[in-house]
Amino acid sequence: MTSPAQPAPQPVVEVSGLSRTFDVSKPWLNRVLERSPRALLRAAKDISFSITKGETFALVGESGSGKSTVAKMVVGLLEASAGEIRIEGVDMRSRRQAGVEMRELRRRIQMIFQDPYASLNPRWRVDRIISEPIRAFKMESSEEAISKRVGELLELVRLHPRDGAKYPHEFSGGQRQRICIARALASKPEFLVCDEPTSALDVSVQAQILNLMRDLQDEFGLTYLFISHDLAVVRHMAKRIGVMYLGRLVEVAESRTLFKTPQHPYTRMLLEAIPDLEMTGKPRRPVEGEIPNPINPPSGCAFHPRCPLANERCSREFPQFRQVGDTGVACHAVEEGRTTV
Amino acid sequence: MTQTPLLSVRDLRVEFPTRRGILKAIDGISFDLKEGEVLGVVGESGAGKSITGTAVIGLLEPPGRIAGGEVLLKGERIDNLSQQAMRKIRGKRIGMIFQDPLTSLNPLFTVGEQIIETILTHLPVSERQARDRAVALLEEVGIPAAADRLNAYPHQFSGGMRQRVVIALALCAEPELVIADEPTTALDVSVQAQIIRLLQRVCRDHGTAVMLITHDMGVIAETADRVAVMYSGRIAEIGPVRNVIKAPRHPYTVGLMGAIPSLTGDHDRLTQIPGSMPRLDSIPAGCAFNPRCSLVMDKCYRDRPDLVQAGESRAACWKVSETEEAAGR
Repeated sequence: MTSPAQPAPQPVVEVSGLSRTFDVSKPWLNRVLERSPRALLRAAKDISFSITKGETFALVGESGSGKSTVAKMVVGLLEASAGEIRIEGVDMRSRRQAGVEMRELRRRIQMIFQDPYASLNPRWRVDRIISEPIRAFKMESSEEAISKRVGELLELVRLHPRDGAKYPHEFSGGQRQRICIARALASKPEFLVCDEPTSALDVSVQAQILNLMRDLQDEFGLTYLFISHDLAVVRHMAKRIGVMYLGRLVEVAESRTLFKTPQHPYTRMLLEAIPDLEMTGKPRRPVEGEIPNPINPPSGCAFHPRCPLANERCSREFPQFRQVGDTGVACHAVEEGRTTV
Repeated sequence: MTQTPLLSVRDLRVEFPTRRGILKAIDGISFDLKEGEVLGVVGESGAGKSITGTAVIGLLEPPGRIAGGEVLLKGERIDNLSQQAMRKIRGKRIGMIFQDPLTSLNPLFTVGEQIIETILTHLPVSERQARDRAVALLEEVGIPAAADRLNAYPHQFSGGMRQRVVIALALCAEPELVIADEPTTALDVSVQAQIIRLLQRVCRDHGTAVMLITHDMGVIAETADRVAVMYSGRIAEIGPVRNVIKAPRHPYTVGLMGAIPSLTGDHDRLTQIPGSMPRLDSIPAGCAFNPRCSLVMDKCYRDRPDLVQAGESRAACWKVSETEEAAGR
């Protein structure tokens, strides 16, 4: 978000117009016989954001909103159907031509996955798991240097260097997530994509991992793209937050602003839906409906069937993403100033 | 106590015999549930909260078994009943709601068949009346076009709608108690709020008591009257929900509350409880929380604390006992 008054720091990650469509049609023969048309699932559509160095940008949304699809496209695990991802000005699509440059880019982007049980090879010892990126990117030459580095990484995530000799099943969920973080840090990355890193963990363990991630960010100046469905976690971690609904960004704002003055009706609904731990006893507006099927999203604004502010225009016309001060929001009602029911 | 509590659990112990020895999943817990009351049971994975629920309704998976203690429903023991007798209580007097609505409904029968069958099993009504009752129940839990939806199969419902059906199913024989085990964990935030409100409303309307098992303190804060915090198969703290959340006494509850990221405050770091819940085969002697506790004393390694009165709550902690004694209570 560049304001003309002060030159903003150069973004590390710039995503513009990123889209991904999945073809979920029936096989060709069925389509011909049953005369059913092609079915396309727009998992992500027109996603644009940028992240400056050392910042945490979070994507939040309910299941099926496309957050993980965006994460996978950003790290390059999934090809984008359209749009552009630039890491420090280098277009990720051009990397195929320049092999060396692509290797270097890959090294600088790493990912932490949700399920620490599924993302570690159960038949490898932990030191082999962590040393794999070091070997792959030829970061150390001697075996001695590699095992020294693995030990350092384990200490970095508050495990013992001796733990390297164990297998993943000997660790608890939280410890496994630490191993995943150590593996991600092994290639000295600058940018980490974290896809629901604490969703599989208990609260007390989640707190340990979140604290660790913030410590590491301070220590190495890491940039995070943080994906979560938990608004409280996102608020704790991120400086800026993008709210997704059915594959689109509906609101992007500074964390503080988003929680104090949410603009988009969906954001407001999400905030209302969080159970109130402060026990203020404030009455909460009931939330209506569920996320529609993304294969047949509603016309116009995808949120209009659930939206208390929807009118005829919302069901017809798709709202453009517009900048209001520091907040970006895609909503006709906000644009027209209709903010109360 | 003058009034017999609806559900009374006395020194309940559940064991799992294994080749390497006996694992104590629940080690002596006691609590009461009054009529129409909502008791939250909260804890992290492995604390024994779900086992407590399954032990109460007699659905422990073998080799798990109740090794001691009593479960009383309105003063009658139900933990030593035969399978036959227990089946009459389950569904009729105690309803159940499980975490995953897809696995608690039979995919081969329509929703209507399942509800009507349950009503006919437990209530002396005709098929016609059972059908009307099923429609009324589905309407009550907010399923649109209920009469038509009776003929739909579970897979034709969305996750939130399925959980509504499960709630209707749990309530169809007017039970006195519903045990809800993580009823909203598989759902999205916005749908979760709807289901919590629904559960709260229908149970209040029917005067049903609820034992709400969850790991989510937010859900407890919204719904429960009292809450029991479990740790390693024991109750660490039990009391009115406001006291436990706002002024927790047990160091574990204090840590747990501090570990939850806040929506309003500005904390740079979350309170951190080091380590994780011990495995069942290596529960420490004395207080099971001692390796993770910041207030640990010599006594904590030796003796196991029992629940003591601390204000309106009760907590099982030597430090709390000490403070309470010093205060002359």
